[in-house]
Amino acid sequence: MAAITMGKKQDGFLLRLLKRIALLRESPVGMIGAALVLFWILVAIFAPLLAPYDPNENYMDDYGNWGPSAAFWLGRDNQGRDILSRIIWGSRIVLTVGPIATFCAYVVGCTMGLLAGYYRGWVDVVVSRISDIILSFPVIILYLIIISQFGPSAFNIIVAVTFIASPQVSRIVRSLTLELRERDYVAAAKMRGESAVYIMLVEILPNARGPLIVDACLRMGYTTIAIGVLGFLGLGLPPPDPDWGGMVKDTYTMMSTDPHMSLFPCAAISSLVVGFNLLADGLREISLRD
Amino acid sequence: MPPVLELENARISYFTRAGEMNVVPGVSFRLEQGEALGLVGESGCGKSTVAFAIMNYLSGVGRLTGGRILFEGRDMSRMTEEELRQIRGGRMAMVYQDPMSSLNPVMPVGRQLMEVPLIHQKASEAEARARALQMLGEVNLPDPESVFDRYPHQLSGGQQQRVVIAMALMAEPSLLLMDEPTTGLDVTVEAAVLDLVRRLRQKHNSSIVFISHNLGTVVRICDRIGVMYAGELVEEGPIGEVFRDPRHPYTRGLLNCIPVLGSSKTSAALAPIPGQVPSTLNRPAGCIFASRCTYVEQGRCTTQPIPTVTVPGSDHHRVQCVRFDELPLRQRPAAAVEAAQVKRDKEDVLTVDHLRKFYRQSPGIFAGGASYDVKALNDIDMSAKRGMTLAIVGESGCGKSTFAKVLTGIELATQGKVVLAGSDIGYTSVEKRPDSLKRKLQMVFQNPDSTLNPSHSVGYIVERALRRLKGVGGRQARAEARKLMDTVKLPVDFVARKPRQLSGGQKQRVAIARALAGDPDLVVADEPVSALDVSVQAAIINLLIELQATRDATLIFISHDLSVVRYLADRVAVMYLGKIVEFGEVDDVFLPPYHPYTESLLSAVPIPDPDLKQKRIILEGNLPSVRNIPAGCPFATRCPRKVGEICDTTPPPERRTPTGHRIACHIPLEDLNRVDPVISRAAE
Repeated sequence: MAAITMGKKQDGFLLRLLKRIALLRESPVGMIGAALVLFWILVAIFAPLLAPYDPNENYMDDYGNWGPSAAFWLGRDNQGRDILSRIIWGSRIVLTVGPIATFCAYVVGCTMGLLAGYYRGWVDVVVSRISDIILSFPVIILYLIIISQFGPSAFNIIVAVTFIASPQVSRIVRSLTLELRERDYVAAAKMRGESAVYIMLVEILPNARGPLIVDACLRMGYTTIAIGVLGFLGLGLPPPDPDWGGMVKDTYTMMSTDPHMSLFPCAAISSLVVGFNLLADGLREISLRD
Repeated sequence: MPPVLELENARISYFTRAGEMNVVPGVSFRLEQGEALGLVGESGCGKSTVAFAIMNYLSGVGRLTGGRILFEGRDMSRMTEEELRQIRGGRMAMVYQDPMSSLNPVMPVGRQLMEVPLIHQKASEAEARARALQMLGEVNLPDPESVFDRYPHQLSGGQQQRVVIAMALMAEPSLLLMDEPTTGLDVTVEAAVLDLVRRLRQKHNSSIVFISHNLGTVVRICDRIGVMYAGELVEEGPIGEVFRDPRHPYTRGLLNCIPVLGSSKTSAALAPIPGQVPSTLNRPAGCIFASRCTYVEQGRCTTQPIPTVTVPGSDHHRVQCVRFDELPLRQRPAAAVEAAQVKRDKEDVLTVDHLRKFYRQSPGIFAGGASYDVKALNDIDMSAKRGMTLAIVGESGCGKSTFAKVLTGIELATQGKVVLAGSDIGYTSVEKRPDSLKRKLQMVFQNPDSTLNPSHSVGYIVERALRRLKGVGGRQARAEARKLMDTVKLPVDFVARKPRQLSGGQKQRVAIARALAGDPDLVVADEPVSALDVSVQAAIINLLIELQATRDATLIFISHDLSVVRYLADRVAVMYLGKIVEFGEVDDVFLPPYHPYTESLLSAVPIPDPDLKQKRIILEGNLPSVRNIPAGCPFATRCPRKVGEICDTTPPPERRTPTGHRIACHIPLEDLNRVDPVISRAAE
C-alpha cells in the first residue's frame, strides 16, 4: 500500500533484505525448507565440534556389529568408520562444491542468456544452438565423459556442473531478457546513450532476479543430487574423504544385511535436496505476492 | 412488479492477509425495467466489485458482508448454485472490457452464441442457429453467415465486442452489466458500439448497469448516473441534472479535470483533484472524500458518517455530502495560458519532409507469394516551432508510434528527411547518435508501469539521466536531481523510493523529470496520459503546459484522445494509415473545413456534457489491412463523403488555406467548408 509506506524513512539495503526473507514466515513450506537448509549449513560450519569421531578412523572393536549403538549413533560402515561423523564432515563437501558450482553455472549462463536475448540475431543463433547441443546429451553421460576424462576432483565437478547447468540457466535468462528488453526503461536507457553492458547488467538483469533466485535454489538441489550421483559412480572426491554419494557406493552391496550404512547418507542427501526444493517453493510463493 | 435490481446497503469486503478490506461500505440503488445506470469513478473505486457482487460472482476472497442485493425481487445470496447458473447468462448477462477473454478461442463464434439458447431455453439446434444468425445481424456484423463460422482471432476487436454483446443479449436478459465495454476500442469503433448498445437497449427494453471511467461514454448510453468514490456512491441522479448541477465536490472535481472537446488551454484550465484515493483498510469516521475536498469543514465533515440525502426539488437526485446546498455554483476554472502567451513567431525546430518508413515483409517459407512493403509512414510532411506543442492524432495502426520511433532513432527512416535543429537524424540509430543529439531529443513513454526500472530508486533514475545527458556528477547531480523533482512537483524525499511505491501519475512525473534532465529541445510524448486516471491526467497535462512555457521546449504529443489534443496542442496532424490527412493550427483543424476523417473522429469522441450537440457520423468497416492500402485516398474505403471512383484510384490533392491548413481530399475546399461544426451548444 502506497499510503502506508508514505512518509516513512527508507530502510537500508540489508534491513530490507532481511525483511524480505522474514516474509518466508508466512509460507510454512518455505520455513521447513529454510530450516532444513540452515540445519545443514550449521552442521557443515561446526563439523569439527559436532563430529564425535574422526571420520576416517577405523573403529574395529565389536567387529561385525556395525548397527547403531550408544557409542555410534548411526552405526559404522563396513570399514568401521563412524557414519554420523562421516555425514557431518561430508556436508562440508556438498555445501561448498554445490554453491560454487551453481554460482559458476549462473555466471556463465547469465552471460550467455543476456547476450542471446539482448542482441538476438546471429549471437542468439550461436548461443542457442550450443545450448541445444549440450542439452541434447543425457546428463549422466556428460558427467561420465567429463570427469573420467579430467579425473575426479572438486574442481572438475564444478567444471562439469557449470558446463551442464549453464545452458539451462541461459535459456531462462534469454527468455526473460527477450521480454525485458522491450520495456520502456530500456528504450530510455538507450536514448541517454548507455552502453550495451550497462543495459544488460544494470537495467535488465536485476529485474530478472525473482525467477532466477527461485531457480538457483532448485538448481542447488539438482547439484546436490549430481554430486551424490558422481560420488556413487566413484567419480566424486578421491577417497578416503567422506562424501555422501561415495558412502552409499561403498556400502550398497551390504544393503540386505546392514541397510543403515547406505540409508543414512541417502537420507542426508534427500533431506538437503528436499530442503532446497521447499525453500524454492516458499520463495516462489512470496515472490508471487508482491 | 419489483424493480429489476435493488441494492439495499450492500456491504462488500475482501479478506486479505492485511485483514478485512471493506471496499464497499454500503451501496444502495434501484434500477427499474428499461433503465440504464452509469457507474463512474476513478480506478479502484469499487465499480467492478459492485458489478461482480450483483452477479454474486465475487472472487474467493470477496464477500457480501451486509445488506441485500435483490434481483427481480429475489435475494441473490440465498440462491443455490443451480439457480444462479440459470440466472447468469439467462436473466442477467455481463460484457467485460476485453472481448478476447470472454470468447473461447478454439470455438467458432456462432457455436458459442448457439450455446445460450441451447442451455438456457432448451432450444433445438436449428432454432439456436437461427437465433444466433439473427443476433449477429442485429449487432450490425456484416455478413452474419460468414462471421458465424469464424474463430474469435479472425475478427477485429470491435467485431469481437459485438459478438460478446450479441451473446449477452441472446437470452433477452432483463439486466445487462457492462464493465468498460468500449475501453480497449478505437474511438470510431467505440462510437459505433455505443450507438449499437443504445439502439438494442430501446429494442429489447433491457436494464443496463454501465460501468466506465469515461464520463462521455456514460452520457451516450444512460439516463441515470452514479458517481462512486472509494466504494461509496457519493452522487446519483438523472444524467442531465447531475452534469448541469453536480452537488458533490468529487463529481465537480471529476468534471473539472477532464477537457471537454472544444475547450483549450487558452479558454479553460483543468483542475486536478489533489491527493489520491485513500486506502480502504481504515475508513475515516466522516466523509471519505474529506482529505481531498476543497470544501471540507473540519468537524462537521469529518466526525460522523455522512447520510445520503435527496436534493430538494428533485425526486431522484441523491448526494452524500453535508454541504451539498452550501457549495457555490460550479464554474469552469479560468484559462491556463493566456492566448497572447502562445508563441507563433519562433523558428522551426523540427522539419519532416516526405518521410517514409516501409517494413519489408517476406512471406513465410510455407506461405508463398511475393514479399511486400508495409507502409507504416507514407510521405509525412510536418514542422514544429520552438516552444510549441505538435499533436499527432489517429486511431491505432495509423503510424503515430512508428513516427515516434523514427524520431527517437529506435527505427530508421526509409526515405525522406527528419531535420532537428539543422541536422538530418532520420538515418542515425539511437546507438549511433552523438551525445549532443541525445540531449536534444528525449521521450516520455505511455505505460507508467514500464517506464521506470523497478529495481532502481527514483533518485538513481533521475541522477543517472543527469549524469549521462548533462555530464554532471556526484554532489552536483544530487542537487540537480532535487531541483528536477521540484520542477515536476514531487516531494524531494521521493528520491529514496522505488517505482512500486509510486502511483501512476507520480511515475509519469519521474519519467518527465528524466526526460528533462538534459534540457531537451524536443520531447516526444507517446500517449503520456492515456493510462492515467482523469484527475491525475489533468495534473500531468498542466505540468506539461507549465514546463513548456518555462523551458521553451517543443513537445510532440502523440495521442488518440481528441479532447486532450484540442486542449493541449498548438498544431495538429491527423494521421490515417501512414498518411497525414489533415494538418494545421489547432483552431483550424477543429473547425470546418474538415477532412472527412477528422470530421468522423470528432463526431465519435464521447463528450461528458449532455448539453453539447454533436453530429453523429458512424464509420462502418475496419481499417484496411496494411498489405493493401487503397491506391487512391487511404480513407476511401470508409469515407462517408466519398465523391466517386476518383477516390479509389487517384491520391487526393493537398488543399491549402492561407493560414497553412492542409487537407488531403478530393472534395474542393469550398465544399469542405460548407459543413456545420461537429460540436455545437444546444439551443438555449
